[in-house]
Amino acid sequence: MTTAAPEPTKQIPVTVLTGYLGAGKTTLLNRILSENHGQRYAVIVNEFGEIGIDNDLLVESDEEIFEMNNGCICCTVRGDLIRTVQNLMKRRGSFDAIIVETTGVADPAPVAQTFFMDDDVRAASRLDAVVAVVDARHVLQRLADTREAEDQIAFADVILLNKTDLVSPEELAAVEARIHKINPYAVRHRTERCAIDIAKVLDRGAFDLDRILSLDPQFLNTGHGHHHHHDHDHGHDHDHHHHDHDHACGPDCTHDHHHHHDHDHGHHAHDHHHDHDHDHDHVCGPDCDHDHHHHDDPHSVRSISLRAGELDPDTFFPWINRVTQEDGAKILRLKGILAFKDDAQRYVLQGVHMIVEGDHQRDWKEGEPHESRLVFIGRELDFDALKQGFAACAV
Amino acid sequence: MTTLAAADVSGFVVRAGFLKDTPYFALGGGEVVFLAGTQIHAAAHSGGLLAADERPDGSGLVTGGDDGRVVEVRTDGSVTVLSERPRKWIDLVACGPSGAVAFASGRTAFVRLSDGKEKEFAHARAVGGLAFAPKGLRLAVARYEGVTLWWVNTQGAPQQLDWPGAHHAVTFSPDGKYVVTTMQESALHGWRLSDGQDMRMTGYPAKVKSVSWSQKGKYLATSGANAAIVWPFFGKTGPMGQAPLQLGTRSDSLVTAVACHPKEDVAVVGYQDGMILLCRFSDNAEVLMRRPGKAPVSSLAWDRDGLRIAFGTEDGEAGVIALE
Repeated sequence: MTTAAPEPTKQIPVTVLTGYLGAGKTTLLNRILSENHGQRYAVIVNEFGEIGIDNDLLVESDEEIFEMNNGCICCTVRGDLIRTVQNLMKRRGSFDAIIVETTGVADPAPVAQTFFMDDDVRAASRLDAVVAVVDARHVLQRLADTREAEDQIAFADVILLNKTDLVSPEELAAVEARIHKINPYAVRHRTERCAIDIAKVLDRGAFDLDRILSLDPQFLNTGHGHHHHHDHDHGHDHDHHHHDHDHACGPDCTHDHHHHHDHDHGHHAHDHHHDHDHDHDHVCGPDCDHDHHHHDDPHSVRSISLRAGELDPDTFFPWINRVTQEDGAKILRLKGILAFKDDAQRYVLQGVHMIVEGDHQRDWKEGEPHESRLVFIGRELDFDALKQGFAACAV
Repeated sequence: MTTLAAADVSGFVVRAGFLKDTPYFALGGGEVVFLAGTQIHAAAHSGGLLAADERPDGSGLVTGGDDGRVVEVRTDGSVTVLSERPRKWIDLVACGPSGAVAFASGRTAFVRLSDGKEKEFAHARAVGGLAFAPKGLRLAVARYEGVTLWWVNTQGAPQQLDWPGAHHAVTFSPDGKYVVTTMQESALHGWRLSDGQDMRMTGYPAKVKSVSWSQKGKYLATSGANAAIVWPFFGKTGPMGQAPLQLGTRSDSLVTAVACHPKEDVAVVGYQDGMILLCRFSDNAEVLMRRPGKAPVSSLAWDRDGLRIAFGTEDGEAGVIALE
């Protein structure tokens, strides 16, 4: 008798909208819901507020942070989302996608982590993209005042630079430069009143390993036909049940399910093994985005782009596990396209804090250089240590 | 010899069971279907049906929905609105003694008494689960970092049972001596009420979503592993220091639903692939009740005589299995 598992049900795509109060999240949401696109959305909002659309799958949800395992940041998830997604699954078939609107001060990391850490949510849905709506007029002040505004930009896959009509061209240029410095990899669009083709916001596949195509910094897309990047869509729909879900927690984390004793929840001193010589005169590559002025902004997020040729997987995997384990709290996002020695396929990697997942993506093409790229967006990242560590993985 | 009669329903089966002898299927789409000779369809909710619990005397099924309503459905198809919280999703309900009904939305639990009066119980964080104690009008509310025990009709501070982490479903042992919760981190947590002794029940590869007390509360059967994990609760110390029974072990599918027989040490076990097995505690003997289907088994229940099993899956497969 055969006991084959049933056909896996298609995972519902989830788009997360972030952005400060007044940036225009609700405007974007109303636009998405009112457009005649034939899609049915379940919408999770933090407050009914000014949602002007009668949508019977609109739910208000109080943000509930679950710290599952004694401070291990990777184990922080959003309890309200877990519950709401489970409730929505009882009506599977009555909607095509889920949109989650977060409060202005929400940390995007627990939202994203929920889609990797919770088995039920992971089985039912997949995170499509984090979309940040940024108010061009106020964002520089927000960035100066708060950490959340910076987190939201750093975390985003798509950034809507909104209210561009309320600033001068010079101000706009300054804002764009600042955003680019925080996160050069997000796709940026300039908008007024969030007017945008919603296809540029929804169904991005930003966390889909199959859709990691390049790791070049993204240039502005003004929405007027100046497409500096290509909207590739392979149109294939793989299931990712075979992904290595490499999830390395810190030493305090009791995430492992095989502990049958009570833990001492004391705070372990982390010992970072910086026993290499710091070389502050390093030379950066042409696409180096990291900030050399380490003292001008105490909570500054920056990105780091690393390049190498072919890597030795036996060196690389222990290294990336150690990096994400020790410094995961500082790493907001990471992405990689990697070439391993004697491997006909390119390997893609993406992560949020300490959660890393990777998989073979496709064969290297004829003549395509076997090159490895790894980018980190984070806070207080030690560029030199990362660069040396990555370089040591090269064959 | 068993016979399986399929029910013609669609959608996620939130709860399958019997009201007295009438099989019912409470469906995620908002309907409750009774098999009373013919199929009777009761439109319980205009939106989704999120939770359901039986009245202790089997007189009705109380359901909560995303239309903000708490309703009682009877086998004749009648629907009575018990309470309404417009725009809230009522995703937890529990029926108690003396006609009391508890329900929750967000951080607030409500108890509706038989005379229609409602009481509110506010919490600092969202309510994860509700259960009434077997005796006395006492409500257990699972929450973040523990359980709060409220006396519904008396003033005064509630009893707090604390344990780190997020607690979801909560259940009292039939003798009222233990409270057990299912947790976000794939474990159960229990408290012995006499002295507040904590009990950790861990080792599950997945979250526990279904629990069932065996006859007289001797064992607690649970889902969440590749076998039904059955914890002993007899003796002075309950499951402390004891290994659980493992029933219906499979290498290729997780258990998603369990229901203990009302009279014998036997449990019916449902799996992720839709298979259903009958398992005996004493010798682990197994009988196949249903072959794998399309979707995980989401609900299982015995009738009061222990002769029939109602089952449902996440994808509208449902029916009644009769033994003999």
